[in-house]
Amino acid sequence: MLNKTHAPVVRTWTATSAAGHGRQALNDALAARRSGLRRNDFAPFDGLPCHIGRVDGVEDAHLPAALADWDCRNNRLAWLGLQADGLLEAVARLAAEVGRDRVAIVIGTSTSSIGATEEAYARLEDGRFPADLDRPRIHTPHSLGGFLQAALDLHGPCVTVATACSSSAKVFAQAARLMAAGFADAAVVGGIDTLCGSVLYGFNSLGLVSEAPCRPFDAGRNGLSLGEAAGYALLTRDGDGPRLLGWGESSDAHHMSSPHPEGLGARLAMQGALDRAGVDASQVDYINLHGTATPKNDEIEAGAVAALFGPDTWASSTKGWTGHTLGAAGILESVIALEALTGGLVPGTLNAQTLDPACGPQLRTGNGRRDCRHVMNNSFGFGGNNCSLLFGLT
Amino acid sequence: MTTTLELLGLGYWSSGLPGVDAAGDFLRDGREPEACPRRPAPDLLAANERRRAPDTVALALEVAMQACRDAGADPARLPSVFASTHGELSITDFMGRTLAESPGDVSPTKFHNSVHNAAAGYWTIGAGCMAPATALSAFEATLAEGLLEAAAQVAAGEGPVLLVAYDAASTGPLASVSASEGLLGAAFVLGAAGSGGRALAIAPGAGEATPATGALARRHAGNAMAPVLPLVEALLGEEPATLALPAGPGRVLTVSVGARA
Repeated sequence: MLNKTHAPVVRTWTATSAAGHGRQALNDALAARRSGLRRNDFAPFDGLPCHIGRVDGVEDAHLPAALADWDCRNNRLAWLGLQADGLLEAVARLAAEVGRDRVAIVIGTSTSSIGATEEAYARLEDGRFPADLDRPRIHTPHSLGGFLQAALDLHGPCVTVATACSSSAKVFAQAARLMAAGFADAAVVGGIDTLCGSVLYGFNSLGLVSEAPCRPFDAGRNGLSLGEAAGYALLTRDGDGPRLLGWGESSDAHHMSSPHPEGLGARLAMQGALDRAGVDASQVDYINLHGTATPKNDEIEAGAVAALFGPDTWASSTKGWTGHTLGAAGILESVIALEALTGGLVPGTLNAQTLDPACGPQLRTGNGRRDCRHVMNNSFGFGGNNCSLLFGLT
Repeated sequence: MTTTLELLGLGYWSSGLPGVDAAGDFLRDGREPEACPRRPAPDLLAANERRRAPDTVALALEVAMQACRDAGADPARLPSVFASTHGELSITDFMGRTLAESPGDVSPTKFHNSVHNAAAGYWTIGAGCMAPATALSAFEATLAEGLLEAAAQVAAGEGPVLLVAYDAASTGPLASVSASEGLLGAAFVLGAAGSGGRALAIAPGAGEATPATGALARRHAGNAMAPVLPLVEALLGEEPATLALPAGPGRVLTVSVGARA
């Protein structure tokens, strides 16, 4: 069991997604059950008939001149996300408090700025990248971590975690470990992923993209809607705020793109988070599920939740609001869970009409209010890579 | 601050030097094996998967298996950290070309092999390992960040931990921005102090990385995982050694290798 006084404090958090820029907009969209999904207008890949969770204003989020070398759509979304909820100022205060070299950056992404690489291939000049995209640092996964290191002027450990759709859940666990081992006293964690051809056509090739807006846990669901998001949280040893009480990481050891048929990896991750926190399943008030709206994921996750939790735990997927934001899903949905923990609004599952018979009593379609003490977030990725996080008030 | 680990097992494979012993021979007297396959064929994968696996997957699984054997560790039980600067560049090149020409031709296999944690996924599937696995990247600091994460896991009592560091060749137009040549991978099974292995102390701090001047480092300087080579050279030697690995702008991770146990 984790000693609660050593569990990191989540001092502040923010998310920018199709459901809006920052926490207030996100809460408003959740309360009004207003989806951010729209018909695919993501040129040049708008020929794919589907709905997407696109963030407005990314194209206009120009980077400061000093950061111009990092310019690309993914880093613009990262920059846009930093402007919300006073995150930039909060990082500056944290750096002053513990020292720039004692703040780690642990950031998650699935595809980082591969959109810029795709654009370069579409505009090759004599077989070479065009001059404006001939910038090595944006064509590699650490484009994101490197950009944030420059933008935030932090000098501690800086790493990009890329385990597909569990990336920005795992960043919480890695940052907590770095702090516990003494390699940092605080951390900026989070995740950013932007829409790109690779994921639109990649998921399409797997037959996992729905033409209509996604319907998580609906008996008639037929695939996911892709989205994009940026989110951050600041972890410290001390201070006010909820704590990251537990986390569980596991591998399915089953298949690259299909979950373990009995949900063993998912169960190990959830149980691991509970065990580390010393919290019983019955004490969990809300779980923000992975709930991608693919037939397999939802069936297996629903079964795993029904097996582990009692009827008093509420659970939902919020991907009907935002789409599946892949490497940013962990942070975005942790932010939603943290908002439920501190504000009491527990979102239901948008677009689910008739629940899959695999769902237990935990699965809720309608929004509700309750005083939460413990909330969980599930994130499962390709490669059978799973992570569950448990946040709580102490 | 310094964190002390112990090396329990080592794996190595580079183009032309297919194993720890081959690397040792080369370092000692410049000897190279007469024949070396273009890439390793790890027996962890079924024959058909072995043929289709991307280079980085074949490479990472090969060195990971070597390190586990060397440590006498059960691969099914080790948490793992997969550290690669670029991941599978040939698939990034494929995705770029295909999306520009005919996006509908992106294949399911290419897509799921494009994730940065592809090697971690195949490793856990092949080894039947349900322990946590992660995949990370940090430019030239990729190895240093991998060591920090592995050390943090060991410090948290999760060890022994498998750390795999690897990069493969770049190709196509991508090669002009993400340069990397040949195959280079190393794997380390790391345990806590007192595990009966060779001492490995790590300490992050400010500074400049040690210039990589050894024969192995010069031979594979063009591979993006070249920062691992001075560490491999130190571990192939008998004597204590200290080196500073690149750990980001103005930062190093100082690694002190003890005498061979």
